Amino acid sequence: MAVHLRSEPVWVRWTLIGMALAFLGLFIFLPLSMVFITGLNKGIAVYFKSINNPDALSAIRLTLITALVAVPLNLIFGVAASWAIAKFDFYGKSFLTTLIDLPLSVSPVISGLIYVLMFGAQGPFGTWLRDHGIKIIFAPPAIILATIFVTFPMVARELIPVMKAQGNDEEEAALTLGASGFQTFWRVTLPNIKWGLLYGVILCNARAMGEFGAVSVVSGHIRGQTNTLPLHIEILYNEYNFTAAFAAASLLAMLALVTLFAKSLVEYRYRAELKAALRLENHG
Amino acid sequence: MRKLILIVLTLFVLGTGAPQVFAAKQKVLLNVSYDPTRELYEEYNKAFIKHWQELSGETLEINQSHGGSGKQARAVIDGLDADIVTLALAYDIDSIVEKSGLLPAAWQQKLPHNSSPYTSTIVLLVRKGNPKNIKDWDDLAKPGINVITPNPKTSGGARWNYLAAWGYALKKWSNDEAKAQDFLRAIFRNVSILDSGARGSTTTFVERGIGDVLISWENEAYLAVNELGKDKFEIIIPSVSILAEPPVAVVERNASRHGTLKAAEEYLNYLYSDEGQEIAAKNYYRPRNEAIAQKYADQFQPISLFTIDELLGGWQKAQKTHFADKGTFDQIYGN
Amino acid sequence: MFLLKQKSTLPGFNLALGYTVFYLSLIVLIPLSMLFLKTSTMGWGAFFEVITSPRTLAAYRLSFGASFVAGLVNVVFGFLIAWVLARYRFPGKKIVDALVDFPLALPTAVAGIALTSIYSQNGWLGKYLYAVGIETAYSPLGITLALVFIGLPFVVRTIEPVLQELDGELEDAAVSLGANRWQIFTKVIFPTLIPPLITGFALAFARCIGEYGSVIFIAGNMPGKTEIAPLLIMTKLEQYDYAGATAIAVVMLLVSFAMLGVINYLQWVSSKRIGMN
Repeated sequence: MAVHLRSEPVWVRWTLIGMALAFLGLFIFLPLSMVFITGLNKGIAVYFKSINNPDALSAIRLTLITALVAVPLNLIFGVAASWAIAKFDFYGKSFLTTLIDLPLSVSPVISGLIYVLMFGAQGPFGTWLRDHGIKIIFAPPAIILATIFVTFPMVARELIPVMKAQGNDEEEAALTLGASGFQTFWRVTLPNIKWGLLYGVILCNARAMGEFGAVSVVSGHIRGQTNTLPLHIEILYNEYNFTAAFAAASLLAMLALVTLFAKSLVEYRYRAELKAALRLENHG
Repeated sequence: MRKLILIVLTLFVLGTGAPQVFAAKQKVLLNVSYDPTRELYEEYNKAFIKHWQELSGETLEINQSHGGSGKQARAVIDGLDADIVTLALAYDIDSIVEKSGLLPAAWQQKLPHNSSPYTSTIVLLVRKGNPKNIKDWDDLAKPGINVITPNPKTSGGARWNYLAAWGYALKKWSNDEAKAQDFLRAIFRNVSILDSGARGSTTTFVERGIGDVLISWENEAYLAVNELGKDKFEIIIPSVSILAEPPVAVVERNASRHGTLKAAEEYLNYLYSDEGQEIAAKNYYRPRNEAIAQKYADQFQPISLFTIDELLGGWQKAQKTHFADKGTFDQIYGN
Repeated sequence: MFLLKQKSTLPGFNLALGYTVFYLSLIVLIPLSMLFLKTSTMGWGAFFEVITSPRTLAAYRLSFGASFVAGLVNVVFGFLIAWVLARYRFPGKKIVDALVDFPLALPTAVAGIALTSIYSQNGWLGKYLYAVGIETAYSPLGITLALVFIGLPFVVRTIEPVLQELDGELEDAAVSLGANRWQIFTKVIFPTLIPPLITGFALAFARCIGEYGSVIFIAGNMPGKTEIAPLLIMTKLEQYDYAGATAIAVVMLLVSFAMLGVINYLQWVSSKRIGMN
């Protein structure tokens, strides 16, 4: 409320709001409505038909499986990494943090390529894998690996600042009272970071389901077998089936929207948590 | 620590192994093809599954993978488990031979007609009424004409486009390569968008409404006209063009390993049968079979064609002189 | 290599760090090392020839240039949006707040197709822009637009929390000392926002350099003009020139790494500052 006492004149406020909304409208709202309008322009029946066919369903299934494996793995990693980085002071910490962030800025083309180089027939493990009948590249394992790579830091990035802000006091108190390490983590740390954790998971999941570039390089594009939803969309688009392409795209857009609303719900509580933590740190 | 690793491994194995375990133990063929053949093989696969059932009693499952021709060849080299490759140019299959040895070097002699069961050519697609009055290759080099073609560096179809124009220029200036290169430079000066694949270019021309003329596969041009607007586009047949021979081959080492060698060989042989040729013709590929070609005579206008062997002595040389780094295409763009 | 600076009473350091390093190596470091391995097969001379050829340089210039401009646009408008979201109330604010993350969640290929449909010659906006002579799709401008879309959430989401945590007492003190709004903004508020602004810029920039899916549809892909660096990697791959492709990739990777190093340093600096306050 104090903010309003110190705020700008009404006209400045509304000009700024107007400018921000105009920019968002141009860059976010327009593409979003484009996706839905094109997807629905041949009617609702065509819309559902293009989603309810074997190829689309298999793409949806693979997308779900991929997210179901990639997200928990990155979650476990995120918790471990943030525990080490936020709760302890060690040499090389900044370097480690940078390495963890690295996948965020690697070009998706390269993210896929490195797995082709590693597990492809020409790579160091190629012959061995082929002789033992293990398929990694151009099969779901590589798709999952590439997805894990591109979403690698997403949970850790969210958790590190929250854990840092929480400090070590509560955990130390629990330990003094005789709790074991894991008990302390489950009873004390986890409840404190749960909203930050969920926020990270939601973002990670959205990106995992929507990844295109990296997955495209390692997928092999076998219809009904190794196509994820984003790849399926590209195929439909290339078959001049624009309506179906955008219908499938609207599924992902819808997913994005649901994700975002879930996220802002989470965020609402997570901010309160962060704020309380910050207050504790500053005044405590 | 050990517990964590265990959880990680279990999750990974569960996630990655599950789909393969549940897949039926059926004979499966994988046909790795290039972009414009989606419709052709969708129809052909149905016919062949029926044919193979009658021939051997086995129920076959055929999987398709489509993408840019070079990209697909690369995927096979890197381990995409194709039984059959049906690509846009012989160079790409040669590359598979050279880089992976998955099939013998003499693959092109295994089947009739250079292992190309159907052919196509390169034509020009213009807007209805031909407002810019485009009749032949010459018109593409005129100032003010907006030409759409994909990037020869990334698209097999684009290489055919480039060579068709090159062949025309050599004919016109009686084999003066410098003149031919100037001619192509003039054409590419009129190109404002180089999509990475043939389908991308068609979309740019048809959907985005950009360009006066699209250089395109004949089959793609027909498909665009019939699928996206008979009343919007016209196909222009140039005075001379290239005979595009998309080759097919069995990836023998893969097929032997899968135990599908027989089925794969028959899959390609049957492309030359009356039914196979008819399906090709219906999908706007020029059939090799004379009788069937006759039947579809009004669909395929006569056109004076030259082959790549006549023009340049094969794909290896074409690739090296024109499309490799510092080749004529790079020279056009100044490096 | 990672030694504790002082003994801690909390357990699990070895387990957590061990697992972190193990998983990091497995998923990121070992696969990424393949890039360097592959590049090393070509020798220094060939490496320099590839990364300094005019076409590669033009692609780098475009990728870095467009990312830089997009980053700047995002800093200005991202700041504005974050400001509005953090400090004002207006109807539908929650929805707007949620929509900011949309580019993160939308598949890049879909974003590319949608943006091309909007900005091409016969698109919703493109036809008006074209009418006044502005070519958006298939030009560097179009590429920049796509990158603005991709990078926006990074900037907004780094500034917004800082704005929300801003200490009101400082502003109150400034008011009581007779400062006007503009002075307060430039002298009190803005200086605190410089680190997150740089961080947001750097994050968006790093993300944009490598962006492929959304740009490829809107780029036009003309060598030397609208050809981005990731496309050049694809082009090299198409010629089975793996080493050439990885050479270009290595340069991009090193720039990204340097960029992230700067970000983390800035974050460290800004967290030190908050700690002091």
